[in-house]
Amino acid sequence: MIATRALGRRFGGRTAVRDVTISLGAGDVLALFGPNGAGKTTLLRMLAGLLRPTEGSATVAAIALPGGAELRAAIGYISHASMLYGALTARENVELAAKLFGVREPRTQAMRALERMELRDRAETPVRLLSRGMQQRVSIARATVHEPSVVLLDEPFTGLDDSGSAALGAHLAMLRAAGTTMVLVTHQIAEGLALATHAAIMREGELVRIDQGSAIDPSTYLGVYREHVTHGA
Amino acid sequence: MAPSTISAALLIARKDLAIEFRTRTAFFSAAIFALLGIVIFYFAWDPTAVAPVDLAPGVLWGIFTFSGLLGLQRSFGIEQADRAIDSLLGAPIPRESIYLGKAIANLAFVVAVQLIAIPAVQLFYGVPLLEHAGTLAIIALLAAIGLVAVGTLFSAMAVNTKLAEMLLPVLSLPFFVPVVIPAAQATARLLAGRPTDELVGWLKLLIAFDIVFVAACTLAFPYTIEE
Repeated sequence: MIATRALGRRFGGRTAVRDVTISLGAGDVLALFGPNGAGKTTLLRMLAGLLRPTEGSATVAAIALPGGAELRAAIGYISHASMLYGALTARENVELAAKLFGVREPRTQAMRALERMELRDRAETPVRLLSRGMQQRVSIARATVHEPSVVLLDEPFTGLDDSGSAALGAHLAMLRAAGTTMVLVTHQIAEGLALATHAAIMREGELVRIDQGSAIDPSTYLGVYREHVTHGA
Repeated sequence: MAPSTISAALLIARKDLAIEFRTRTAFFSAAIFALLGIVIFYFAWDPTAVAPVDLAPGVLWGIFTFSGLLGLQRSFGIEQADRAIDSLLGAPIPRESIYLGKAIANLAFVVAVQLIAIPAVQLFYGVPLLEHAGTLAIIALLAAIGLVAVGTLFSAMAVNTKLAEMLLPVLSLPFFVPVVIPAAQATARLLAGRPTDELVGWLKLLIAFDIVFVAACTLAFPYTIEE
């Protein structure tokens, strides 16, 4: 579902991402860790078709980047910004996304997406009146209302309380079970590893370590992460 | 199946108008600006030196131009607050539909300001604008299409810059000139009671600029939002 080969992106003379090669199949979840400025968001934006790669190549959902409408239809993108309109209600935001993605019965599907995020009772509340955590849950409902085959998440646990984190974790586990491929950028190692089939550490635009399956040991991974990020192993 | 270009544009326009209807910030700012402008020009005007039919077209089009900029400024501003623009760019719709949706909403905004400003100019300057309501509506609509076509594109270009509020007028105003001149000339001839033939040439010019601006800006828009 996601395959990159020496993928890179330069902004003028600065290299934000370089030489990223990954391969993920249906139902795989890559937890991507790294310090701020490591290039994680740039990598996600390239995979989402929002940013054109300057080096290498990649396919997402069997479509070569930078892709077009067909690629974007297969992707759900959740950023650390809510990507919502504060003056519209939660339902209106999700319904607009459903309509733009050509979802049948957009209102019904929007309500279902909000229900999955335990927000049905706040559906008619303007987003600006919701807490940061609730806004994040609406954002997740917006990004998954069209049931994408690939979901790209940029720090989705930020701002969520325990209940929100649990609802998000359960929803992502459900997506994984349904065969959705995910790339999850997070600073929260425990939450990331709980869902991951693959784990990677990014530093200064490069993937410096990739593990998968049984090679990922949650009890020691924090130490591994610190070693790579702090000491540059 | 994702919506067509026009369906997606209408969805985006409806969304923008719903946001403006609920917040009313840009519309009230533009309407108050237009009324204040009309009042200031009125008190600076010497009716013994300049006839109202000579002054009113200039006042009208000056006011439309600058009050319209307030709405255009906000057009892509509402997309920036929480990076909502990414939700549009990530949708499987043609990039052109984003531009057209924004332009349709901006057109409604400018027309709404015109609906307030035209009676106000008639009231203050005593010119028979509403007697020529049909023809004036055609001139106003054609000019609004040209202003909005250019302004929407430059709003998208300026919004990501630190000097967006200053950059939009600097970029837009030179391109507004070819629209405002025929609009003001046609309005002046209308108010002076000149034969319709004299207006037709200016209206044709307005239509030509509208076609060029709408086509060129629609095609250019996808390049302005590529990172």
